[in-house]
Order: sequence, then structure tokens, then C-alpha cells
Amino acid sequence: MHCPPKAWSAPVLLSLALLVATGCQPDADVQPAEQVPGATVPSNFPAPVYGTDKNPPTRAAFELGRSLFYDVRLSRTGEVSCGSCHQQFAGFADAGRRLSQGVAGRVGMRNAPALQNLRWKPDFFWDGGPKNIETMPLAPLTNPLEMDETLDNVLLKLNADADYQRRFAQVFGGSSPIDSYQFLRALAQFTASLTSANSRYDHYARREAGAVLSAPELRGLAVFRQKCGGCHAGELFTDESFRNNGLDRSFPLDSGRAQISRRRTDVGRFKVPSLRNVAVTAPYMHDGRFPTLGAVLDHYGQGMVESATVDGLLRQADGKLGIPLTAEERQQLLAFLATLTDETFLQNPQLAKQ
Amino acid sequence: MKFLHSVFLGFILSAAASLTSCTDDKDVAPVAGQMTLQLEHVAGSAPLTLNGTAPYKTAAGDDFTVTTFRYYISNIKLGKADGTEFVQPESYYLIDEAKADSKIFTIPNVPAGDYTKLTFTIGVDSARNVAGAQTGALAPSDMFWKWDSGYIYTKLEGRSAQSPSGGILFHIGGFKKPNNTIRTVSPALGSSSIRVRNGSTPTVHLKADVLKMFTGPNTVRFATLSSTMGGPDAMLIADNQAAGMFTVAHIQSN
Repeated sequence: MHCPPKAWSAPVLLSLALLVATGCQPDADVQPAEQVPGATVPSNFPAPVYGTDKNPPTRAAFELGRSLFYDVRLSRTGEVSCGSCHQQFAGFADAGRRLSQGVAGRVGMRNAPALQNLRWKPDFFWDGGPKNIETMPLAPLTNPLEMDETLDNVLLKLNADADYQRRFAQVFGGSSPIDSYQFLRALAQFTASLTSANSRYDHYARREAGAVLSAPELRGLAVFRQKCGGCHAGELFTDESFRNNGLDRSFPLDSGRAQISRRRTDVGRFKVPSLRNVAVTAPYMHDGRFPTLGAVLDHYGQGMVESATVDGLLRQADGKLGIPLTAEERQQLLAFLATLTDETFLQNPQLAKQ
Repeated sequence: MKFLHSVFLGFILSAAASLTSCTDDKDVAPVAGQMTLQLEHVAGSAPLTLNGTAPYKTAAGDDFTVTTFRYYISNIKLGKADGTEFVQPESYYLIDEAKADSKIFTIPNVPAGDYTKLTFTIGVDSARNVAGAQTGALAPSDMFWKWDSGYIYTKLEGRSAQSPSGGILFHIGGFKKPNNTIRTVSPALGSSSIRVRNGSTPTVHLKADVLKMFTGPNTVRFATLSSTMGGPDAMLIADNQAAGMFTVAHIQSN
């Protein structure tokens, strides 16, 4: 099995000891690590699932992962990269597309999710099938409707590229060929860096100087906490559960979570998505059926339909499905949701294709 | 006290060695030998041949041929009569009928002794199923489900006249209840023991009988079950595998 290189030099150990000794005081020595985006945990976030200890961020590995993320050679035909369907300005979702286009014009089965705060995710996709950020990319890579490539072929292409050879050797050391471990670890350096925590809401939540939300936005936040926060919970705005939100009466083509769990009680359940950057990740739902947030609120207002697994939190006291909103609450809610847009994330040049 | 101290120190050292299994530390084990495991694949009394023309027959009378036969063995343990155990660190092997060199391997750093019990997992422990990028035998391959993280513990593919599609495709895997197909077995060594000595490497010849995947606690008929990808049907076969797919043919002392 892989033995990670012993990177603990005396200065590192010394600064670790100092870090322990000095507790939470800001330390100038931490600055270099911060150069890699997403290398620190925002103070209003919980502890991550994939902490930096799992794959310590370095500048060279992050940049290598970024090159891989934007490299069309990861697809069989050289047509699409990860970044083709996960565009930064759209929160790394596929802007405006209900379903994404893979190689040879093939169309996928589900709406491409936003890629953000992946360090905090216990599992991935609308059905939670992939369980680890490092192995997750193997699914789109090999899916015939997406990149339709084999891991072996990707490694052949990477090993035939002198620049990649040099950069992988720089990150992982040694002179052996680039292998799947190195490839997946490097890619995870980039996907784990996609932390979005600088929205206007975040500045407000962290009580940063000068951070204010307007009166309608604050009322929207209150409406949100009361009527949406049961599922879109916490600072990540998802409880990571799988729920049936009443989209259809039956789910013959895509049963969602049940495809993984094989339980009938999971038919029609899909992952509750985070609402961070939700204003820019349209369209919405696992099949991208709603083009606007207004259409989403219309669905929760009067569009939900009954089925065996529809979520109990979406049922009102009188037994009816839905989340009724007054016209005013609706405006306030939309105003609040817009405060979750993180322009520094969406425009961070470090996360863009170079 | 001095004796106790050295025992305690030894314990600390071996604990440290197991924590840092990557360290090449030769000082810890007093006298270490090694053991070889050799796997022989059969279908009943016949040797297993891939892409053979003459079909094998299950206990229930179904005919089949085999094109692919691969499986994981992991977490190998050797037990002594006094109950002490040697647990191999980083113990993962992918056995492939198509690759002769995968069917024989040597376990290093086994403390000298007479071992009366051999235990291993058919498959991969649940932790490694979700542990991210791996190397060696666990490097992602077509023995890993990409859309639903987890290893395929056993893969047997082939053809059968009784199968409605003409093909058989048994992928056994999954680590979550109620469809956890991880099975740990201890094939009987009989009256023999595995005698590991410094300079003497015994070879345990293990026989894996593919017919046993389809008989035992659960009778599998290809007319009604010709394909599994984990799930409840894979549980049927995993239970059959646990019940006697692996037997110790003999132990050869060298």
C-alpha cells in the first residue's frame, strides 16, 4: 500500500509545536498554506469531512489538480473537461443546462450539481453513491454519457505528457510513472479547494465589521429558517439527507437514492442540495426541470404531488403538501437567497482555467 | 521490574511499528519468517479454465463456462493454539485466474511459530471501500464500483445455456446492511499446522471451488438468477462462498 512521504521536517515540527503552544493566535507562518484556496475552515463552518490532514494542500499539487480539472484529455474524445459542465461563474454547476452534454453530443441523466464546499460532503451526487472526494471523479470519467474514458487511458495520456510527468514528479517525488493514486489525489487537491464562504450572508453570520443585511433580507432569513431550514440546514444550507420533495407521482426513470440503497422507502428521494450560490446555479432539481428560483418556490407553494415517500417536513398541519408563502415572504426569501452568492468564489482567478 | 520494563518497551515498540507500518523496522520482530499462499481454482474436481468449451455443471445441474474469475482476499490472520494471532498489516490481494502470478504470494515478517488457524476476508473491509484513492491491489480498476463507491469482492462472468440472456455475471460486493457481502472464513487446517521458521517458508495450498458459489445454503439456478451487482442476490452467493468455497488442500513445509 501507499506510504506517504515523511514530510515532517524539523522546522515543520517546531512550528507545529509553536502552533499548539500559542493556541488560536494568528500566526504569520500559516500564511503560505492559505495561498491554496480553501485550506482553512471558515469560522462559521463545521469541521470538514475531508480535512486538510487527509491530503495536505500544497501550491504545486493544487495547481496540478486545477490543470487536470480543466483538461479535456480526461475525456475519451478530448471534447470535455470537468470544467465543461462545472463552470466557475455558475458555482461550478452547468449554467442554464437542464442536463449536461458529454462526449459525442451525448446527454447525461441528471443536472450537474454545483461543486462547492466538497470538503464537508459525506457523499456525492444526487443519490449519494460515491462516498469519497478522491474516488468520486471516477464516475463521470468512465460514464459513457459523460467523459466515456478509462482510467488506464487517462494515465497513458498523462504519462505521455512531459509537463505532467515533471509536475507529478515534483508533487509526489520519485521517477515512477503517474499512477491512479497520484492522479486522484492531485485532482482532489483542486476539488477540495472549492470553499465558498464569503457571501454577504457569511460576512453577516461572522459578524464582520460593516457587514449588514437589509431589512427585507433579514426578514427573508427568518422566513428561510422557519420554512426551509429543516432540510437546508446549518451553514452549509443542507442536512445532506435524501428527500422526496413531491416532484412526481412515480419515479420510473430515476428512483434517486433507491438506486444506491435498493430500498423502496428511498424511491424518489434525492440529495438536499446546498443553497450556497443558489441564485447562479439554475436550473434546479435533479433533472433541472425548474429554470428559475421563482419556479422552485411555485413548486413548493402549489406544485407538489403525493407519492409514497414524499417528505413529512413538506406536509402542513392540515395534511396538505407544500410551503405556502405570502407574496411578501416570497420577495423576502428571494432577497435572502441572493445574499448567499459568493462573488469572490465565483470570480477567484485562482480557481479559473489558467 | 526490569523484565516488566522490557516487556512494556517491546509492547510500545511493536505498537509504534504497527502504527507506522511503512517504516522498515527490522529490529522489532524477534525471529521472523514468512509464509506462502498458493491458490488453485477448480470447478468441482476439474481445474478451472477460462473460456473453456466443455461446460462445468453446478450441483443443481446447470451448465456454465467461465470467462472471468477474480476476487479479493484481505486481512489475513494466523492464529496459534494458545490464541495469539499474527495479523498481516496492509493485507490486500487481488486474485485473478487470468494472471498466474496473482495466485501465489508470500506474506513477509511472520513471527516464527506453529499456526493452527488461517483466517481471511473474502472481499475488502468496509473502511477501505470508502477510503479514497488507494494503491496496489486496491488501486481502482474494474473491481471497483465507481457510481456507488465500493469494491467488487468477487467477479465471476461466463455463459450458461440455462441463463435467459445466455450470459452469467456475478459481481459480489457491498458493505452496508442489509446487503453486506463481506465474509471472513477460516478454512480447516485439519491436523496439520503452518510451521513458520526463520529460513523455512511453508506454502499453504488453498483451493477455491467456483461450483460452491452456486450451492450450499442457497441453491442458485441460472434460469432465475444469472446476474448480480451487489444487493440481496449477491448476499445469497456470499453466504455460499463463506460456507465452503475455500478449502486447504495441503500445507507444504519447506
